[in-house]
Amino acid sequence: MDEALLRSLTPGVLAILVRRGADFAAAEDAVQDALVEAVRVWPAEPPRDPKGWLVTVAWRRFLDARRADAARRRREDLVDEEPAPGPAADVDDTLQLYFLCAHPSLTPSSAVALTLRAVGGLTTRQIAQAYLVPEATMAQRISRAKRTVSGVRFDQPGDVATVLRVLYLVFNEGYSGDVDLAAEAIRLTRQLAAVIDHPEVAGLLALMLLHHARRAARTAPDGSLVPLAEQDRSRWDTASIAEGVEILQAALARDRLGEFQAQAAIAALHADAPTAEETDWVQIVEWYDELARLTDSPVVRLNRAVAVGEADGARAGLAALAELDSALPRHTAVAAYLHERDGDLATAARLYAEAAQKAPNLAERAHLTRQAARLNSRRRR
Amino acid sequence: MAKYLLLKHYRGAPAPVNNVPMDQWTPEEVSAHIQYMNDFAARLEKTGEFVDGQALAPEGAWVRYDGEGRPPVTDGPFAETKDLIAGWMVIDVDSYERAVELAGELSAAPGAGGKPIHEWLEVRPFLAAQPTVTECHFK
Repeated sequence: MDEALLRSLTPGVLAILVRRGADFAAAEDAVQDALVEAVRVWPAEPPRDPKGWLVTVAWRRFLDARRADAARRRREDLVDEEPAPGPAADVDDTLQLYFLCAHPSLTPSSAVALTLRAVGGLTTRQIAQAYLVPEATMAQRISRAKRTVSGVRFDQPGDVATVLRVLYLVFNEGYSGDVDLAAEAIRLTRQLAAVIDHPEVAGLLALMLLHHARRAARTAPDGSLVPLAEQDRSRWDTASIAEGVEILQAALARDRLGEFQAQAAIAALHADAPTAEETDWVQIVEWYDELARLTDSPVVRLNRAVAVGEADGARAGLAALAELDSALPRHTAVAAYLHERDGDLATAARLYAEAAQKAPNLAERAHLTRQAARLNSRRRR
Repeated sequence: MAKYLLLKHYRGAPAPVNNVPMDQWTPEEVSAHIQYMNDFAARLEKTGEFVDGQALAPEGAWVRYDGEGRPPVTDGPFAETKDLIAGWMVIDVDSYERAVELAGELSAAPGAGGKPIHEWLEVRPFLAAQPTVTECHFK
């Protein structure tokens, strides 16, 4: 049984049912039934048109469920009048499903869960494992999300930016359990890029590919964090980098810049440098200027201060940093790094230790603690 | 989405507002208090924000290693009452603000006279697993 094929067909089948008037939750149940049936029947009798087969079975299941629901007989009559199912390649329907799952009425966590379930075709258990919550909790989160969007009209165009934000959330969540969420986010963004012609979709896909390409080098075998400058560049996935750069260049050529394209451009400049020393920091600063213009995000300006420190020297970086709110996440860590580059090891060590206290995750905390320890033991010598 | 630990203390400083010891409540007030917390957990299950929760017994000890070949040292019950943790709940919510809002609701569990006890709850974020993207430019 080709599980990948089933998962890639699921959103299209679901979208067709919803388009024909099925309620989102009922359609989802029917599609799940059809998938179970497929797993049972296909090994012995593989269908010629897998998607058409799934649509037929799911639609039949949906009608059965409706018929069993006597109180809704009137609606049943309505759906019975709908055209008979057949093979169809409605790419637009899949696109609508993305918009429905990322609807603004959903909280970010609900939108993420529903997208993984409905568009990604993951099981509730897989999603729960990936987010380290009980399966019952995730089931509730998903069913609430379904209820929230059940009244949403399917034919309204959605907001691409919202869909992209949801996919980027999935990508950033990392991986645990038996699903690699970063890879899953790339797969879904690829699908989206295939059905929608939008430079920011391409920008996000390029960004994910470029980040993902460096994943193997980002952590040491013991799980500790390896800074970009110290990464073994031979472990970067050059095919992914080449693909990301190509997608990015095509997107940039259309002259409709957005924040994902700008972020991808920065990632591409890092990925392009044969060594850390050869990084084109001047151009990276320029891209951060673009990003700051597009987003006005303080986090972007914090990253920009790091780039300025590399391009124009630690003093220039510290000057850029001085303009920012010191309560920003990672502000202290950046200050520590720039002070070390400036030769003030005592201040740097103190700030590294302080930054470690505020680190949002274990790997970063351990990394910053080691930096403080490194400077302190060097100063004692 | 971030996980937070809500810690309930048996006795925490500063003192709660409705500070009547539980054994001075009426049985109905005790039941109402427990019901409130069960309802709270059940509601969080429905919203998809519940992860786990347990109550802890008050008996406990300090334990530490005491050198090669020697049994660990135990030092009776906790020296300070503020270290007594009554129970905990782990929630998975969209924001810190939501975590604080929920802790506030849990703190409003009814006590003597059916009035909220205003007890102090500790809200602590979990150190997340490593995110995929964060790239350290700084050493």
